[in-house]
Amino acid sequence: MTNAIEISDLHVSIAGSHVLQGVGFSVPSGGVTALLGRNGVGKTTTLRAILGLVASSGRIQVLGHEVAQWPTHRIVRLGIGYVPEDRDVFSGLTVEQNLRLAESGSGADYDEVFSLFPELKTRSRQRAGTLSGGQQQMLSIARALLNQRPLLLIDEPSKGLAPKIVSEFAGVLERAAQHSTVLLVEQNLSVVKRLAQRIVVLDHGEVVHLGEVTDLDDPTLVRQLLGVSGAA
Amino acid sequence: MNIFLVLTFSGVALGAIYFLAASGLSLIYGLMDVLNFAHGLFMTLGAYAGYEVATRLPISLGAPTLVILAIVGATLVGALAAGATELILIRPLYGKPISQILITIGLDLAVVGLLMGGFGSTALQIPVPLWLIEPTHIGGLFLPNASFLAIGAGAIVLIGLELFLARTRYGIIIRAGVENREMVRALGIDVGRAFTLVFVIGGAMAGLAGILYSIVFSGDLVSPNQGDSLLIFAFIVVVIGGLGSIRGSAVAALVVGLLQQYTSFYIGGHSGWAQIGDLSTVLLLAVVLEWRPRGLFGRVA
Repeated sequence: MTNAIEISDLHVSIAGSHVLQGVGFSVPSGGVTALLGRNGVGKTTTLRAILGLVASSGRIQVLGHEVAQWPTHRIVRLGIGYVPEDRDVFSGLTVEQNLRLAESGSGADYDEVFSLFPELKTRSRQRAGTLSGGQQQMLSIARALLNQRPLLLIDEPSKGLAPKIVSEFAGVLERAAQHSTVLLVEQNLSVVKRLAQRIVVLDHGEVVHLGEVTDLDDPTLVRQLLGVSGAA
Repeated sequence: MNIFLVLTFSGVALGAIYFLAASGLSLIYGLMDVLNFAHGLFMTLGAYAGYEVATRLPISLGAPTLVILAIVGATLVGALAAGATELILIRPLYGKPISQILITIGLDLAVVGLLMGGFGSTALQIPVPLWLIEPTHIGGLFLPNASFLAIGAGAIVLIGLELFLARTRYGIIIRAGVENREMVRALGIDVGRAFTLVFVIGGAMAGLAGILYSIVFSGDLVSPNQGDSLLIFAFIVVVIGGLGSIRGSAVAALVVGLLQQYTSFYIGGHSGWAQIGDLSTVLLLAVVLEWRPRGLFGRVA
């Protein structure tokens, strides 16, 4: 099996702080790999480095291409859907315009995203800035799923949302993972256990554990790696 | 009352030109964080291009045709100059604001120097048809025809720009980019192309503003420093309106144009202190910055 992402010796410094200190892991094609770790260990920075949104050194291979130093738009056009941590919908644009920007080529499948999120269809002319947090997250996920992409990078989709909505999103991502490789950053361990097969754990800018999602059934390991109780 | 109405009319005309000068500047800063000090140069180049067109083409074309061609020429030269500036000078310097400021100031100084060398430092007269100089008589008021031209051009550009930004894919990319450039890239869009396009649009409007300022407010004269003095008001308008907002630029341009006309006449006319019109706009800027630092329509920083 080939790898969708291969990273080795990845270093990133932001404002004088050495955030990633030689991160290396691979994401096999197919299924969901979860990127875990305490707050501030560099999970989001790792996703941003893969996308070329922060300057980095090291080797990054995405979908068979060495992409280090590529401009972001070129990396994304390899076939990446990205759901950023803060959703980053364009608040001054309508829902429809937000989706229109995410179109690439002729492959945009509006029927699919509207069947996943019917609310986006009824609110298509509403400005994204007036949507609730959950609706903005729908839009952000819909942008990533509009074209069928081989690779999805999804950063904390459950952040700040009610459990019912989180469960709905988990279902959507489960469906998306049937035809895309997903690299998921997520703090909610029940979501991770539901979706992921593999886990990568970061601490202090380095990979400290690579394994299967079943590793999270060991409470001692969870406490040691993530500093949280594994009861979730 | 009649004087007030005439002042209002010419204030709106001045506002229309300020809008043309400022909206490009505002979009350029809003989308790219580039403080473009060469924007005044694009206005000056537009005015000189208009002068060249109006004086070099055969008079047999007729004065009305010549002035229309001069305006078109000014707009095109502004667009070309701005596009070339972005591609050659600004593109290698993204993310380096100090270098951008220095290079745009340097470009302005150098080209204005060249213009002085080529055309002399004295103002040149653009030949315009008589009807542009004459006023129209409406309800007891004599309104200068040239002002109608400025107001018409300002209105057409405002509507055209709003439609472009609301309806077209590039317009939507530009609005999205003003809000969050990084996320536009993360959707696989080459923002660099949108950058060049915004410079071209901004330059076209600057060129248009340059020639119209000459025709409407400067007695058909073009001079090497006219763009730079207009640029100061354009910056004031942009800051008052809110960086990146076209509607903000339009409203602020009207307010500044009207304020300048009223204060120059009512205060300056009586006290003999002619500069009070300019000073009032700077005072307005100070008040807006104190009360609402992001401008009337600006996004939260």
